[in-house]
Amino acid sequence: MSEILRLDRVSRRFSGLQALREVTLGINKGEVLGLIGPNGAGKTTLVNTVCGVTPANSGTITFDNQDITRIKTFQAARLGLSRTFQIVQPFAEFTALDNVAAAALFSRPGESLKSAREEARAHLAFVGLEAQASQSAATLTLAMRKRLELAKALAMKPKLLFLDEVNAGLNSAEVERATKLIHQLAADGITIVMIEHLMKVVLNVCTRIVVLHNGQMIADGEPRDVIKNPAVVDAYLGQQYAQRNAANG
Amino acid sequence: MKRANLALLIVLACLAALPLVGGAYALRLGTMACMYAILALSWNVVGGLAGYPSFATAAFFGFGAYATGVLLNAGLPLTMSILAALLGSFVLAGLLGSVLLRLRGHYFAIASLSLVGVLRELVNNATDLTGGGMGLNIPLVSGSSILADATFFFYAMWGLLLATALMVIAISASKLGFGLVCIRQNETAANMIGLNATLYKSIAFGLSACFVAAAGGLYAAWVHYIDPSDVFDILYSVKPIVMTLMGGLGSPLGAVCGAFLYLVLEEVVWRNYIQIHSGVLGVLIVALLLLLPHGLISLRFRKLWRKAKHV
Amino acid sequence: MLAAQIIINALVLGCLYACIAIGFSLVWGVLNVINLIHGSIIVLGAYLAWGAYQSMAISPWYVLPVAVPVFFVFGYLLQRLLLNRVLHAPVLVTLTLTFGLDLILNNAMIYFFKADYRKLTLKPPMGSVSLFHVVVPVDRLIATVLALALTGLLYLLLRHSRVGRAIVAVRLDRDAAILMGVDVRSIYAIAFGIGAALAGSAGVLMALIFPISALTSSSYLDKAFVVCVLGGLGSVSGALAGGLLLALVEGIGSAAIGPAYATTLSFALLIVFLLFRPQGLLGRKGFE
Repeated sequence: MSEILRLDRVSRRFSGLQALREVTLGINKGEVLGLIGPNGAGKTTLVNTVCGVTPANSGTITFDNQDITRIKTFQAARLGLSRTFQIVQPFAEFTALDNVAAAALFSRPGESLKSAREEARAHLAFVGLEAQASQSAATLTLAMRKRLELAKALAMKPKLLFLDEVNAGLNSAEVERATKLIHQLAADGITIVMIEHLMKVVLNVCTRIVVLHNGQMIADGEPRDVIKNPAVVDAYLGQQYAQRNAANG
Repeated sequence: MKRANLALLIVLACLAALPLVGGAYALRLGTMACMYAILALSWNVVGGLAGYPSFATAAFFGFGAYATGVLLNAGLPLTMSILAALLGSFVLAGLLGSVLLRLRGHYFAIASLSLVGVLRELVNNATDLTGGGMGLNIPLVSGSSILADATFFFYAMWGLLLATALMVIAISASKLGFGLVCIRQNETAANMIGLNATLYKSIAFGLSACFVAAAGGLYAAWVHYIDPSDVFDILYSVKPIVMTLMGGLGSPLGAVCGAFLYLVLEEVVWRNYIQIHSGVLGVLIVALLLLLPHGLISLRFRKLWRKAKHV
Repeated sequence: MLAAQIIINALVLGCLYACIAIGFSLVWGVLNVINLIHGSIIVLGAYLAWGAYQSMAISPWYVLPVAVPVFFVFGYLLQRLLLNRVLHAPVLVTLTLTFGLDLILNNAMIYFFKADYRKLTLKPPMGSVSLFHVVVPVDRLIATVLALALTGLLYLLLRHSRVGRAIVAVRLDRDAAILMGVDVRSIYAIAFGIGAALAGSAGVLMALIFPISALTSSSYLDKAFVVCVLGGLGSVSGALAGGLLLALVEGIGSAAIGPAYATTLSFALLIVFLLFRPQGLLGRKGFE
């Protein structure tokens, strides 16, 4: 398997807070990586740092054999790095269609608004929003907005997709639906990194888990092994979960 | 082409017939109307489309006025001087924009406002080049009669307005326009989908400045004498905003209609209440903002909406 | 000693600048409104002091206690009746609205008082004090002390009174303040009223030092802007820091490269701060 993203001793600090401490991580093409850890561990910061929103203070980041440590956000998008936001960020005045068309239009050269809109329909259909294509994004429910966010990320034809808590605020039926979509994406060959709190989803979908705590990686490996790791149980999962899991085998 | 843009072009076409029906006074008003419309349309690009509340219009108006004035004094023909002012201001605004547009909201508004003051002071101090506080005399460009003079400048300003309108219509149908609207709604998300927001904003700022500068240049040639406090007047920044708010934010047709309406009001007040004309302008602004925050266009929509409801 | 004179002049001027700016800073910091009428209110206060002296020979220090409540009511009503309506509108609307209000007030002053420059000269003149070759006119000194007293009063108000704590709360986090039971609309009106009271009082003091005319309102406003950006919004210490910095830069700059460039210098300083440190010397980031 070839490596698509590599972080080498990446650190990021915000005034008094060291959000990432010398994180070293290699992500392989086609992996579905679960990024878990308690709140404030630095998961979203890691995504922000890779995508150029909060550039790294030290260390290097390589994507597809290119050094992207000092990259600007829009450049990262054009290189094939795509992400969803924890708190969804749609273009509120636009229709769902135009939201997705915008993503298709600006992430690749040579697109026209017309062709972008045609493509957008396909992406909306994939996430099940084709009926809402002409609706204004502001009128969509939260679950629909999350799917819209996903459609936008996909319209960018990413090589690597960061999903930041796509399931937050969704009920179990909606979560199942989202999980199916992610399975489909993985099957299509997109490398996925998911920040997720729902262990059920993580165990269901991820091929590998990385655990962050206080900006440091404390575990990295197969899902079944990681959740048994005592450091992980201490920092995040809790004894109850560990016991329940052990009982279930 | 959208219906509103078509309507705009029709309005402009009708305006071209003014010299056939009016004398020197009407032409003077017509020239001012065209100038105001240029300022309002240009402001709409950065303020209405991109959502950045720029108060820098007066800075570029004055820049254009002085650039043209100085070049005319150096012997350059009018067309070249205006063109130079247009291109020069586009570059200047693009550069300044890439720096200033990093600011948001209030801070951007103030930075753009201070630009007016900075340029005014620079011109004031560059006495050798610009005449400083004593003003700049500008050679006459068209010889003959008052009427011929008035007609010439009317058509010149009208032509510039047509160019501005075409620019704005082209933007609204283009990737640039679409991108600016994305930036206005959510700049972070716009960056995330691969839009180079800094580049787009700078281009928008440049476009919003260049026709304003050209209008300033024509104004200078028209009035033959300018001084810093005359052309770097904050009112040239505020009036286009009021006009655009009157007509409806984001709509080119609205901006032009707002400009024409404003001019009529201004002329009526000036002729009848000269001592309190700025106070009346103030009352107009306050009334407009408190009662009609979405501009005159919103009135039309409300009527149509009521009709639709009864169907 | 020339250097000492420049420094002392700057200190005196800096305190006056701070007094001019503090009302503006409070309104901007708490209500997020850039109050373009501020300069005209200062001039109105100056006219009040001048009028009182011309017609009734009342010195400005006695006008001050009258000016404070009068201008407070003026500001309170302005906010409650007009500005409250556009409170959550974008910056464009509030800036243009206060600009319109300023046009009205300014035009009214020119109409009633004419644009001629007035000067308030005390009879008999108060002379100046001299200490170690540094000369300070007495009236300017008293004005400075009173200006500091006003800013000190505001500081105490914000720190130790219920209303003051509520104002600070609203400034720090409006939504949290609402949850704590603060009547935000009322606080907004009070804050604006205080801002107007400070502006009017500053005007009364300025009447002694600068020429009085409606035409000077924009230069007071410009000063207030620069002080706020330099020092940081919404705090007394910010206004003092900004005022002193501006006065020092102007004083030293004037001596070094000439007074004609002093205004350009302050604008340039404004832009530099906006680009690299928009929160000012003492401000907190995030007050857009």
